[in-house]
Amino acid sequence: MEKEFTLPPKPKNSTFKLIRNIVITVLVIALYVWTFTSIDIDWGRAIERAANNFQRVIPQLFSPDWSATGKVALSMLETVFIAFAGSLMAAILAVPLAFLAARNMMGGVIISTIGKWILSAVRAFPDIILAILFVVAVGPNAFAGVLAIAIGSTGMLGKMFAEILEGIDMNVVEAMEASGANKIQILFHGVLPQITPEFLSYAIYRFEVDIRASSILGIVGAGGIGTLIIFASNNRNWSEMGTILLAIILVVTVIDFASARIRRKIV
Amino acid sequence: MTNEKKTITNRDVPAIYPVKTKIQVSVIFFVVLAIYLTSMTWTQSQMAGGFTGALGNMFNVMVKFFPPNTAVIPAVWGPMVETIQMAIIATTVAAILTVPLALLAAENVTTNKPLYLITRTFLNILRTIPDLVLAVIFVGLFGIGLFPGILALIIFSLGILAKLISETIEAVDMNPMEAMRASGANVFQMIWYALIPQVLPQYVSLVLYVFEINIRASVVLGLVGAGGIGLILNQQLGFYNYPNAMMIIIIIFIVVIAIEYISTKIREALI
Repeated sequence: MEKEFTLPPKPKNSTFKLIRNIVITVLVIALYVWTFTSIDIDWGRAIERAANNFQRVIPQLFSPDWSATGKVALSMLETVFIAFAGSLMAAILAVPLAFLAARNMMGGVIISTIGKWILSAVRAFPDIILAILFVVAVGPNAFAGVLAIAIGSTGMLGKMFAEILEGIDMNVVEAMEASGANKIQILFHGVLPQITPEFLSYAIYRFEVDIRASSILGIVGAGGIGTLIIFASNNRNWSEMGTILLAIILVVTVIDFASARIRRKIV
Repeated sequence: MTNEKKTITNRDVPAIYPVKTKIQVSVIFFVVLAIYLTSMTWTQSQMAGGFTGALGNMFNVMVKFFPPNTAVIPAVWGPMVETIQMAIIATTVAAILTVPLALLAAENVTTNKPLYLITRTFLNILRTIPDLVLAVIFVGLFGIGLFPGILALIIFSLGILAKLISETIEAVDMNPMEAMRASGANVFQMIWYALIPQVLPQYVSLVLYVFEINIRASVVLGLVGAGGIGLILNQQLGFYNYPNAMMIIIIIFIVVIAIEYISTKIREALI
């Protein structure tokens, strides 16, 4: 007898799912209604200003002021220095914190949870807010920027490092423990060889991110090319702004490219 | 039996790492150290009192921020809400604009090589410009207010979102698409029935992720006059009113953590 082929029955949508979907839809719509009805944008003024300023800003932006090249290059170098010093400090600071936060290292869920909380608390501060605090603390100079980058990056790097540590092959560690190795030996011969390439890779990646971050720190007085951005915008010197933009795009692209090459080689 | 030594002496043990690697690592180490020392001297050169002076001073200054002035909370609430709304609008617009850009920047959808390369390069350049720099330019163009801030957030998040989504699109299973093409579907049918069902969960997750980034970015846009809570923070810092500034920073901190927590939970449920 020939068997009749039928499609399997369609899965029934449970009432729970239906209600959940309706609730989500209503919430999203409510969010949008609230947002668009209460936000107060002065369209008339924005359009009027744009009409007045367009000719003054846009063409200037695309005709960079080459006489400012030296000044811009020097500031950009300072930005790179800030990012470099900051991310190196962060890479070193993040290691002990990561060991604290990784569940399989220091033992104890409590320590690991505390470590994770510290790291996420640090990550919640935008870099520029940290920069504001450090500018007040150590004065308006590039070193405030270094400190802001260092603290800001420690949060993210510590989290990444901790995840790498939690993912290592623990068999090696157990084998070494069983054959009588002490803690230091386990650390140097069992743990470090497994994590070093990935640690380095993340630290270099963070340097890429920090180049972008440190280029704006000068807006609150923490050194680097951001200082020139604020001067240029206050003086309405848009052709110098064009030069600055060009410098940022160039340096960030080159460093992204170099960093990607190095990271591919390491891992 | 000969009397030759059978035990391995130190000299015979092969080194774990070849000499070349050792030299390479040492050179890299010293180069990194040299750049680090240069950076530290450079960045500290304009500092009065040097490193130790500054660190000693740091504690004295930090005390000025405490205790935070809780009286400013009602006044800060409005701008904080405004900041969140800026992020919502910017994320929504970016999420819509990103669709065509992400499709153009995905190698498996855009088979036209020059078009793909142009879109990629455009997105790469877009991503190098920091959000606050965009905000400075738009404030110059449109004047102080929310609109330049939203515009800066849209452009900034567009670069990130389009790149992430185009990578998701490139990672999809191509078999359903090929099957549809073989049975005569056109490009739009392929996108609608084969691509969207595969990409949608990741798309929503990435949009939420970019929303988190936008919240962080929008709290500081006010520093350059682009609306939101940063404007108030900048004013208070200008008046050297540190307890008020600290309270605003704490509110920013709480809001950022709360929104990130909610968004992470939703994203975990999605994927």
